Amino acid sequence: MTDVDFEELYRREYGRAVAILTRAFGDLDLAEDAVQDAFAAAVRRWPAEGCPPSPTGWIVTTARNRAIDRLRRARAGAEKEALAMTAGHDEPVAGPFTDDRLRLVFTCCHPALALPVRVALTLRLLGGLTTAEISRAFLVPEATMAQRIVRAKAKIRHAGIPYRVPAEADLPERLRGVLAVVYLIFNEGYAASSGDALVRDDLCAEAIRLGRLLVELMPDEPEARGLLALMLLIGSRRDARTAPDGTPVLLADQDRSRWDRTLVAEGQAIVRECLRRNRPGPYQIQAAINAVHSDAPSAARTDWAQILQLYDLLATIAPGPVVALNRAVAVAEVHGPEPALAIVDGLPLADYHVFQAVRADLLRRLGRSEEAAVAYARAAELTGNAASREWLLSRSTAGRPPPVAR
Amino acid sequence: MKQYLLSVYQPDGGTPPPEVLEPIMEGLRRLNDDLRAAGAWVFAAGLHAPETATVVRVRDGADLITDGPFTEGKEHLGGFTVIQAPDLDAALRWARRMADVTTLPIEVRPIAS
Repeated sequence: MTDVDFEELYRREYGRAVAILTRAFGDLDLAEDAVQDAFAAAVRRWPAEGCPPSPTGWIVTTARNRAIDRLRRARAGAEKEALAMTAGHDEPVAGPFTDDRLRLVFTCCHPALALPVRVALTLRLLGGLTTAEISRAFLVPEATMAQRIVRAKAKIRHAGIPYRVPAEADLPERLRGVLAVVYLIFNEGYAASSGDALVRDDLCAEAIRLGRLLVELMPDEPEARGLLALMLLIGSRRDARTAPDGTPVLLADQDRSRWDRTLVAEGQAIVRECLRRNRPGPYQIQAAINAVHSDAPSAARTDWAQILQLYDLLATIAPGPVVALNRAVAVAEVHGPEPALAIVDGLPLADYHVFQAVRADLLRRLGRSEEAAVAYARAAELTGNAASREWLLSRSTAGRPPPVAR
Repeated sequence: MKQYLLSVYQPDGGTPPPEVLEPIMEGLRRLNDDLRAAGAWVFAAGLHAPETATVVRVRDGADLITDGPFTEGKEHLGGFTVIQAPDLDAALRWARRMADVTTLPIEVRPIAS
């Protein structure tokens, strides 16, 4: 049997195998090397000898043997040591969960590591992305990324960052950090201004895959579900959000027939399920807002009153100027531009291009076209994205709605 | 068990008035008692002001002694505690409590054994 999709198997099983080996040997480098050895052996042997009945089991067993070989080679009498380490790390671990990959998630996303490092480790150890792939996605030289990962692993080892799911008391805060890492990976893929398009799409797919993994590992955490729904609903608009010439198409102007209805349906189903659980959090609410957009057959028939209610809730549980700005857009749709402008003018976001664009649109709708043109020009100045800049400059004369959601 | 150095960084300037300092010292005494009770305590010490420091170098076989701390800054190392803990999370929990008691940032560094 030679029809094994090794790449698919690798993507699916790499993180699980590394997680199991890390628990067995307490050493991330050893775990990664052994798992890579095992996959290399599989590529050599399976086409000739046939695919084993349990590919995952074969990979893990082979990796375990390779790890012991490596330890044996590295030090005299290391076999005994390896067995001792195995024994030490097999003891039951405190915390509400026991899945090896979940421990790896919390190790990769430990707050003692810098955010870019958490992202890189998560993609590498859980997603099975190579250092080259990660560095390409984040537009960082491969040597820099390699060094970053080496340093991070050294810190994990030397500082004693535990390979463990945090205790109940720390879990909500630590989980928020994990979700933020996955959402950052998604946004890097979705909202980036430059880079290799294919790799960026891969990042979105990887973030959604990680999102699914978190839901599978933490079925009782509604915010993990909320994040997955949010990514699915935003991701469903991928094909409609750019014109053939590459310029961005605003939510209001998108051809809704090009939204991926499968992703929309899955996202909306999760949102409904979250509503039933009634433990709202920021990701769930943002997902619900996106579900309302996805529900509307056209931009004009968007249920803005419901969106405003959801923003009211979001502003209560996760207050902040950016949330207030987005809420103001809904206020404008429900109550008109004047009360919206009053909210916007009180926000400390003058250097944020979206703030200027929203303000410009409100001024335009109030007939204050000269002030609107100034605000559009300021927005164009502030954006780092060339396509956005051109669009905003063209707005300083024409009248169009602001860049709302995605 | 690993050992960690918990360093207290404090702003330069005079000693705070007794009404501020007293509760802090009392909090630290309690923290040290709890560290001992938990078997995490190794060693702790407060330091005199950085002006009391002296740096010694040897250049070409000759001693060079200079007055003051090795680095000048707006903050200085005010004291330190060495603890033992099973992992960084446990060390960070002690550090969080120390930061809370002292109202100062605490740097946690693993000791290389």
